[in-house]
Amino acid sequence: MPNRRDFLKSTGALAAGTAAFGPAHASDVTQRALEAGKELMRELGVTDKTDRKDRKSAHVVVVGGGFGGATAAKYIRMWSDGTVKVTLVERNAQFVSCPISNLVIGGVKNIEDISAGYDNLQKQWGIEVITDSVIGIDPNTREIRLARGDTLKYDRAVLSPGVDFMPDMVEGLTGNEHLVPHAWKAGAQTVLLRSQLEAMPDGGVYALHIPLAPFRCPPGPYERASLIANYFKQHKPKSKVLILDSNPDIQSKKGLFTKAWEANYPGMIEYRANSRLMAVNAATRTAELEFSEVKADVLNVVPPMRAGRLVDFLGVDLANDRWIEVNFQTLEVKGVPGVHVLGDATLSAPGMPKSGHMANQHAKVAAAAIVEMLAGRSPNPTPVVMNTCYSFTDADTGIHVASVHQWDNEKRTLLPVQGAGGISAAGSSLEGRHALNWARNIWADMLT
Amino acid sequence: MKPHHLIAAFCLAGFAGLAAAEYPNAARDLAATCANCHGTNGKSAGGSDSLAGVPADNILQKLEEFRSGDRPATIMHQIAKGYTEEQLKLVADWFAARK
Repeated sequence: MPNRRDFLKSTGALAAGTAAFGPAHASDVTQRALEAGKELMRELGVTDKTDRKDRKSAHVVVVGGGFGGATAAKYIRMWSDGTVKVTLVERNAQFVSCPISNLVIGGVKNIEDISAGYDNLQKQWGIEVITDSVIGIDPNTREIRLARGDTLKYDRAVLSPGVDFMPDMVEGLTGNEHLVPHAWKAGAQTVLLRSQLEAMPDGGVYALHIPLAPFRCPPGPYERASLIANYFKQHKPKSKVLILDSNPDIQSKKGLFTKAWEANYPGMIEYRANSRLMAVNAATRTAELEFSEVKADVLNVVPPMRAGRLVDFLGVDLANDRWIEVNFQTLEVKGVPGVHVLGDATLSAPGMPKSGHMANQHAKVAAAAIVEMLAGRSPNPTPVVMNTCYSFTDADTGIHVASVHQWDNEKRTLLPVQGAGGISAAGSSLEGRHALNWARNIWADMLT
Repeated sequence: MKPHHLIAAFCLAGFAGLAAAEYPNAARDLAATCANCHGTNGKSAGGSDSLAGVPADNILQKLEEFRSGDRPATIMHQIAKGYTEEQLKLVADWFAARK
């Protein structure tokens, strides 16, 4: 990273170069100097004041620094050549990745391996990062109120709040997440579930409850079951993994998961479909299902979920009381001009998963549209997004599901391309390496 | 030039102008869908192929072989089929022009 002095030195050197080459090359070199200067200024996050002489630069406020929000913040800066001012509001000082967090729960990786700061967005891209919570949004005056007391004015807002849980739908769950973890938002909950598994005696039962679809990360629960079985197999071989699925069947990569379970963990994983959870007794780790009771040593309940409550400030009705409807050409909220919502919080288009990868792709569609719209131009009329979700079935073996989604002008939404996408032919260590490379590249794409 | 030729010429120019003015960043946006695995602007953060600066013909040939199944792959054969040939060409040209 060049510092300000290096920046001044190099522009000085380029200016001297102009003189040395003489008038014939002057315009060429000046142009190059200007471009280099601009690039450096972009790297330094300095807004080019001369660009702004005649117009006030637009301001975008992004709320939520996950796969959607962080990507949007960076890409708006990058694609506007630093001319659009971007503020990112995130309540956590650190990003902790949900993808790969099942490897932490399974004891293959540490929480540090999936955590990163927001420094680069500030230093490299000139994004103002504020660690705080939002306590109000007024889409009419275009203002966002922060818990610390001040108000941010925006020309366009991007909300990427992910999901919030609805623990009240399960009696006895609210307020007991320290006893019955969800570990469906990475961070302290991930570490908590890991420590409960470590403390569990051999011969114990780990029970995982899965809510009805749609939920964040469709293959995630089955990957988690695999990696916990992988841990038990090595360290607590008499233990059992019990999957209590509200759904009638495994929601993603079914054949690949069941094959891996039979081959690697015979008799260790039990799958029970249509297991509706009515109540939990947190003290005894008992799950009360519709027709039976299950007592576990470690009880992991992924609660029903909805769009992050941040969207409630917009005052629009949610689809199925849970998800927010957007126009997938721009990710702008239907009925709320100037506000874009990304990722898991949106009412998914047909065949579109709630994944970090998809949130990153939403972010790019929104970033491109916002830059165009702020400049008074029309956004991309035919956006394309794609998705890849890798899962591990043991410490090394990866499997995937992939899809490409093209804009359908008649149906006015993004639709999966028929005949494209699909799942792995078989699990492999090569795909396990691809999964880790995917993580490395998507983290870099959003944070560096 | 006869009047109707003139009108036709104007119409053609108008269409060409519209097509160009319609959306200038189509290639960039399509290429950005690859960044999750191949890095921002095709510069890999490690473990996957960097695409920035790779000659367009090389990229396009690989993509076409993925599509046809001639090139063995774990995932790219499934992804390449999701884009039209025209889109793949735009992507290949865009990456080739990066440094």
